[in-house]
Amino acid sequence: MIDLSTHCAGIRSPNPFWLASAPPANSGAQVQRAFDAGWGGAVWKTLGQPIQNVSSRFGALHVGGRRGVGFNNIELITDRPLEVNFKEIYETKRKYPKHAVIVSLMVETREEWKEIIKRSIDAGADGLELNFGCPHGMCERGMGSAVGQEPRVNQEITSWAVEYSTVPVLVKLTPNVSDIVPHGLAAQRGGAHGVSLINTIKSIIGVDIDRFIPEPRVGLQSSNGGYCGAAVKPIALHMAASLARHPEFKIPISGIGGICNWRDAVEFILLGSTSVQVCTEVMLKGYRIVEDMIEGLTEYMRSHNFETIDQMVGKAVPAYSDWGDLDMNYETVAKINAESCIGCNLCMVACDDGAHQCIHPNPNGTRVPVIDESECVGCNLCQIVCPVESCITMERVDNGYAPTTWNQFVNEGKTLRPKKGAH
Amino acid sequence: MAAKLPAERSETVFSDFKGEYTREQALAEANRCLFCHDAPCIQVCPTEINIPQFIRKIATDNLKGSARTIFDSNILGMSCARVCPVEVLCVGDCVYNEMGVPPIQIGKLQRYATDHAFDKGWRFFEAGPDSGKSVALVGGGPASLAAAHELRRHGHACTIYEMRDVLGGLNTTGVAPYKMKADRSVEEVEWILGIGGIEVKTGVQVGKDISFLELEKKHQAVFLGVGLGPDTRLKLPGEDLPGIYGAVDFIEKMKLERIALSSKKRCVVIGGGNTALDAVREGIGLGFEHTTMLYRGTEAHMSGYLHEWRAAQHEGARAEWRALPIGFEGSGKVERVKAIRLDENKKPIAGTEFTLDADLVLVAIGQSKLVELLHGLEGLKLESGKIVTEANGRTGRKGYFAGGDGRNGGKEVVNAAAEGKAAALAIHAYLQGGA
Repeated sequence: MIDLSTHCAGIRSPNPFWLASAPPANSGAQVQRAFDAGWGGAVWKTLGQPIQNVSSRFGALHVGGRRGVGFNNIELITDRPLEVNFKEIYETKRKYPKHAVIVSLMVETREEWKEIIKRSIDAGADGLELNFGCPHGMCERGMGSAVGQEPRVNQEITSWAVEYSTVPVLVKLTPNVSDIVPHGLAAQRGGAHGVSLINTIKSIIGVDIDRFIPEPRVGLQSSNGGYCGAAVKPIALHMAASLARHPEFKIPISGIGGICNWRDAVEFILLGSTSVQVCTEVMLKGYRIVEDMIEGLTEYMRSHNFETIDQMVGKAVPAYSDWGDLDMNYETVAKINAESCIGCNLCMVACDDGAHQCIHPNPNGTRVPVIDESECVGCNLCQIVCPVESCITMERVDNGYAPTTWNQFVNEGKTLRPKKGAH
Repeated sequence: MAAKLPAERSETVFSDFKGEYTREQALAEANRCLFCHDAPCIQVCPTEINIPQFIRKIATDNLKGSARTIFDSNILGMSCARVCPVEVLCVGDCVYNEMGVPPIQIGKLQRYATDHAFDKGWRFFEAGPDSGKSVALVGGGPASLAAAHELRRHGHACTIYEMRDVLGGLNTTGVAPYKMKADRSVEEVEWILGIGGIEVKTGVQVGKDISFLELEKKHQAVFLGVGLGPDTRLKLPGEDLPGIYGAVDFIEKMKLERIALSSKKRCVVIGGGNTALDAVREGIGLGFEHTTMLYRGTEAHMSGYLHEWRAAQHEGARAEWRALPIGFEGSGKVERVKAIRLDENKKPIAGTEFTLDADLVLVAIGQSKLVELLHGLEGLKLESGKIVTEANGRTGRKGYFAGGDGRNGGKEVVNAAAEGKAAALAIHAYLQGGA
C-alpha cells in the first residue's frame, strides 16, 4: 500500500505537493480549488503590511520555442487586507481540515511578528513560513532576502517566531548567498522546525532590444526580479542537498525550485526534501498538473518498493560527494548503437568543436559515426546532444586500476590511471 | 522585360495545396529542426542550400539572413520552395524520418523566408565590376536565369534570348497552379533581373531569328538553357479532334490565358509521369467531375512521384492501369477515348477493348527534344536528344555551355538552377582564360 502522506516538520498533508507562497495561493477560492484538484498543502501568499504592485510584474525566458523555461517576477507580498486573508484562511481550513495550510509571513518588528503569528494561528494555520527570501522590492525595505542574507538576523527573528508560535515554523531561505549552509544552520539555531528553499534568484530576465529597457517593463524602466521556473531546478537541488548532507543540519526541508512534475519532485525528495512546493508550473499550466504528479509519484514508489515518502527522503544524499572523493579510475567511453542512430552527426560536431575530437565519419560511408575509444574521455557530451534516447550509451571500461580518489592520490600516493585525451 | 499576364487566367481558380506558414507555424517548425551536422537534406539538394542554417535563422528571427542563405545557393529559392518535390529530396532525407517523427517541412520554411524577402523587397546581391565580357543565354527559363544572375555577380554582361513573350520557362508556363501561379514566377524573374545588366530579348528564337554564328560574334560565350519541345503525339485516329491537347500545351494555356471548356464532366489524362499527375490534379482543380488517368503500367511502374499520385487520389482521381489508348471518337469534338487492356508484358489482350467518356483529353506521354536547332554546331554533341557536357556544363564546342532540361532531359527546376549556376562558374573560369 503506497502512502503519499507527509509529515514535514510536524506539518501533516495528504501528499507532499504544496503550492508555494505565490500568486496561485493568493486567496481562499484559489487554494480551495487547488485542494479540490489534489494538492496536499498550500503556503499562503505572504502576509504582512499589504503592498501595492506595479504592472507589468512577470517576465519569462523562452528557449527554442519552449515558453517559460525560466520565469521571473517583481511582484511583492499580499496586496489584500489582512482581515480578508485571515477570514479566508479560516474558511479554507474549516472546509479542508486534512490539508496543510501554511501561512507565509513577512513583517519587521518583534511586536509585528508577535501579532501576525497570533492572528495566523487563530485563523487555523497548520504551520508558518518566514519569508526571508524575497529578493526584490521587500529587501529594499529591510525585509525578505535582506534578513535571509544575514545569519544573525535570520536566527534572531526565527527565535522570536518560534517563541510566539504554537505551530511548526519553517524558514524560507534565499539562494542569493554564496553558501546556503550557514543560513540553514542559523535558522536551525533560531529553533526553526524546518526550512524551505529556494526562494527566487536575483535576475534580469531579458532586455527589450528595441526599446533598450530590461524586462519586465514598467513604463520606461524595469527592476531585477526573482528568477524561478524549470531552469532553476539545478541550483535549488544543489542548495537543498548541501543542507541535507551537512552533518550539523538536522531539520526537515521543504524543497522548492523548478519543480514541474513528479520526476522533479522525486529528485528533491531523494536529495532530502520531505515536501515539495510548486509555483511557476502552476502559474503556467494550472492546478491540474497535480493529477500527474500524484500518479507519477505513486507509480515511481511502487516500482521502487517504497511505501512511504519517509523511506525515500534523502536516498540520493549519501552519493552526493566532494569532487576529491570521486573515483578517478572509473572509466567510461561512449558507444553508438548503429541500429537506432539517425545520422544527424550532432555527436560528431559536438565532440569536434566542444570536446575531444574523437568521433569521426564512418569509413564505410554510412552516416553512423565511429568513436575512437582510445581518445574518448567519457565526457557525456555526445550522449547529451543525441536526439535519440539510448542511442549513445556511456559504457564502463575495465582498465584494471583499483578505485582511487584524488584525495587518496594526494594523501596516500595511490595510483591513477593514465590521462586520456590530454595531448 | 517580361510581358504582362492577363489577370483572368484559368489557373487563378486554384488555391495553394501546401499553403503558407504563419509566423507561429514557422517558428514551431523551425524550432524542431535538429540542426544536423553535414546534414543529409543539404547533400540531397541539387543547389546545396545550407538548410539547417537557414532554418536556425528563421528560429531566431533573422529572416534576412535566412533568405540570404537560401538565395546565395539558389537564386530561384522562392519558386523552388513551392515547386520542389521535397518529399523525394530534402524532406525525404530529413533524419527525423529515421526516427519515425514527421520530417521538417523544409519547403514551407523556405517559402516562409523567401516570401518574406520578396514582400520586404530585400535584395542581396550586386553585380560584380564590369568584366568587359558578354554571354548569350539561349532560353529564358530557370537554368538561364540562374546562370545569368551568377554571371552578373562576376561582372559579365548577359543577354537572354527567349522565344516566348514571357521569361521563367516552365516556372511560368508549366508549374501546377496549386504549387505556383505564373504571376509569382514572373515576379521572381523581375527580382532576378533586378541585379541589372541582363538584357532580355523575347520573341526571338535562336537558330531561326538569329543564328548561332551571329551570337558568337556578339558574345564571348553561349549558355544553352533550352528546354524541351512540344508534347509527343500518340499518332492515333481521332487525335486531332477538338478537346484533345498535349498536356504541356494545355497547362501553358491554362496558366497564361483563359481556356473555354464546354463541359466539365469527364477528363482523361494519358500517361503516368509527373506531367500526367499534374494534369490529373489540374483536371480536378478545374472542376471536372471525373478525372481518370490512363496508364499502360501499374502504380508501381509509374515514373510520377507516388506522393503526387496519393494526393491526386485523395482529391478524387481514378486510374485505369495497364490500359493503352487506341483511338478517339466524337462528332465535332472528342467524346470518347477507346482503349485496350494490356497484359503483364504490356501486350494488348484481344477482346478487352473499352471506352471512356471524355470531354477533355490531356496527352502526357513526354515531350520532344528541342534540339534540332543545335544540329550543325560543330563539336556540340547530342545523345538521346540531350546536350552532352562535362559535369560543369561545358560542351564540346568552344565557349558553349549548357544546363537545364536540354542537358538533363527534363528534371526539376532545382536541377536547372543548380546546373545554370555551375555552368556560370565554368563560363566565368573560361572567360578569365582559366580553362
